Amino acid sequence: MRVSRSSIGLAAGIGMAIVTSLSMVASANEFPSNNVRYVIPFGPGGESDISARLQQKYFEEITGEQLVVQYMPGGGGAVGWSQLKDMTADGYTIMGSNLPHIILKPMGKDVGFQAEDLNNFFYFHYSPDAILVRNDSPYETLDDLIQAAKQAPGVVTLSGSGTYSANDVANTRFQQLADVTTTYIPFKGTGAAVTALLGGQVQAEWGYTTVAANHQDKLRMLAVAAEERHPMFPDVPTFKELGYDMVGGAYRGMAVPEGTPVEIRQRLSDIFQQINQNPAFQQKMQDLGFVLIDVPLEEMPEFMAEQRRVYEETARELGLID
Amino acid sequence: MEILTYALGALSPVNLGLALVGVAAGIIIGALPGLSATMAVAVLVPVTFGMAPESALIMLGAIYTGAIYGGSYSAILVNTPGTPSAIATTFDGFPMAKRGDGDLAVTLSTLASVAGGLIGVLALLTLAPLLAQVALSFGPVEYFWLAIFGLTLISALSEGSTLKGFIGAGFGLLLSTIGVAVVGGDTRYTFGSQVLLGGIETVSALIGLYCIPVLIDLVATPEAHLKVDGEQRGIRLREGLGLAWLGKFNLFRSASIGTLVAILPGAGGSIASLVSYSEARRASRQPQTFGKGNPQGVLATEAANNATVGGGFIPTLVLGIPGTPPDAVILGALLVQGFRTGPELFTTNASITYTFIAGLFLATCLLLPLGLLIGRYAFKSIITIPKALLVPTIAFMTVIGTYAIRNSISDVVIMLTLGVAGWLLNRYGFRPSPIVLGLILGPIAEQGFVQGFLMGRASGAMFTTFFGGPISLTIIALSVVSVFYPIVKERLARRRGDPGSRGSHKEASS
Repeated sequence: MRVSRSSIGLAAGIGMAIVTSLSMVASANEFPSNNVRYVIPFGPGGESDISARLQQKYFEEITGEQLVVQYMPGGGGAVGWSQLKDMTADGYTIMGSNLPHIILKPMGKDVGFQAEDLNNFFYFHYSPDAILVRNDSPYETLDDLIQAAKQAPGVVTLSGSGTYSANDVANTRFQQLADVTTTYIPFKGTGAAVTALLGGQVQAEWGYTTVAANHQDKLRMLAVAAEERHPMFPDVPTFKELGYDMVGGAYRGMAVPEGTPVEIRQRLSDIFQQINQNPAFQQKMQDLGFVLIDVPLEEMPEFMAEQRRVYEETARELGLID
Repeated sequence: MEILTYALGALSPVNLGLALVGVAAGIIIGALPGLSATMAVAVLVPVTFGMAPESALIMLGAIYTGAIYGGSYSAILVNTPGTPSAIATTFDGFPMAKRGDGDLAVTLSTLASVAGGLIGVLALLTLAPLLAQVALSFGPVEYFWLAIFGLTLISALSEGSTLKGFIGAGFGLLLSTIGVAVVGGDTRYTFGSQVLLGGIETVSALIGLYCIPVLIDLVATPEAHLKVDGEQRGIRLREGLGLAWLGKFNLFRSASIGTLVAILPGAGGSIASLVSYSEARRASRQPQTFGKGNPQGVLATEAANNATVGGGFIPTLVLGIPGTPPDAVILGALLVQGFRTGPELFTTNASITYTFIAGLFLATCLLLPLGLLIGRYAFKSIITIPKALLVPTIAFMTVIGTYAIRNSISDVVIMLTLGVAGWLLNRYGFRPSPIVLGLILGPIAEQGFVQGFLMGRASGAMFTTFFGGPISLTIIALSVVSVFYPIVKERLARRRGDPGSRGSHKEASS
């Protein structure tokens, strides 16, 4: 009997597939039995890093294994995300995933990944967008700033982190909703943007509640792009209250390489959901100005589709896509 | 007297032990090319979560201090600045090592680092809130001019032809534009490759441009790596102390420059050591010996770059704006520990703040014995290891170090490519320093310019935006002086017919 080489290969392949899938099912219950590598596609010290550091401790409490944070900065996250697909898909490598970055970065250009390439399994919080001014600013309310921008289009300057970033998008949406023209000045990172505001180089800043939490003595917020007022800042209104339909910010979650078994993804999603439910973790996150959200694996497609719809609208306005 | 209480707290046996371990680990990590202070601190952060807050802070400060100092070993012994702030250390450190004074250079760097470090910490302790305001008065336009000033230092620094120095800087500026632009978001010069999207990473460029040419030359020539004459003691403390005493004004000036410039977030370290180096040279009676192994050059840069440790913490602690990348990591760790920056710094948070400063102080003092000891060992191993073993070892470390910066193999490829290009360019008289300076200062100049332009357009007063502020005007004046000073000096000397000066100029441009 003549057996072709390819059929042997096929049989072996099927055999392997069965064995691996069986072992995967078995291992999903015991996962993780080893340290998990958590790659942050940014440098250390940023909000992605800080929030990951807070998760670290509770991950170990739940699983008994360590969450090892590593950094792969460059290209505003593109360097890391474009390499995710080549990493081992066994659940022991996870990577930080950020909105709107993963949707906006690949728009209109090839950055080595598409938003769909990232298999997000859990989104755990966001830093709501906010407009900040110095304590001595003449703008007491959001309306003051809007009136100033209406009187002299382009004269009100707002600093922010990066171009085509969460801040840039927020400014574009705000200009549309309030029907004003401002000058958005991009800086390298939130730290540089807030320095420009503190130094009086710009009149206001697109930042986050986290920035306000960090600089409470020198800065105040005019409005916050969250669903509800932040518990740390009960006096600061939301954009919604003021009649502007803006909820958003920098969302953070985690993704795994393509091909990671569904059971493992589910297990990871469960672990991180459990971390989100820990009261001590919740308190720490809140004190830093973050807002926790729960987007587990099963709700991810719907969440991403909605985010994509919102950001595509703004991207059209920014001229990123037709 | 509260301060003393906290300082004594820092001196508990456990904390003392942690500081000792931290400094030693920092020195070793910093000495390996590619393994930076940022990485050393970042790796340690999760370990410190399990510790008491004071111990954690002392250890973080210790490892940071050690790592900044450790960078001078690779700069002196293998011509590779571990961090941008050690670039200028190679100028005189490596020539000293080549002629057999490597042990003296390491000793000098230790003394200078301790002196500079103490001055920086002292400034942090006493003048922090005041000096933090300096950071705020620097806006985009000031940063733009500062970067231009940094570029003009090339004329003062370039050994060899000034023209070639400027060409090299131009090349560096071009390299700095590769990748996705921060301001504007355009993708530039990536030629469709994703490898270049993240741009050229500074430290991998440093390793490539400085270290690879040394390795190639080691393989291509039969000479030993460093000259060894007769008896090598490893520590030449008495001689080192003598030179340091001679250069006490140099040390103080350099440390002050280091502290002041480090306050500016983002620009700090590399500019600080370059400015103090060029000032030391300008003040010297024998400027022509700089770049050929003048011990004062090593003193100047090392005093400046360890002063940046204390200086960089000023905006970090007072304003919550990290002065340097390692500061950003430490600030993150502080936030996780429940620390808040701002006026609470010296009230509610006084215990954390003072313990931290005391820890930095302690770590800087520990540098002296530990640095001399480890430095001696490092020097001895470099001169005793046979060349056939030394070259592959260093080559291996450069690859590992480059990879470790951001876990990327493409950085290794870029490092090697730049290394070979740097070696070729060096043969035609193009030195690595102007290229690296262009690469570091390019983004600062570009971002500052575009931001200033946007601000100017919004306010409708473009000219006053760029030429209005007193700080801008001062920096512009300094730049003009920096470019024309050598030319004017030479003209004057020629008119007077001073043969010594003309001779030295010829020597410098040969």
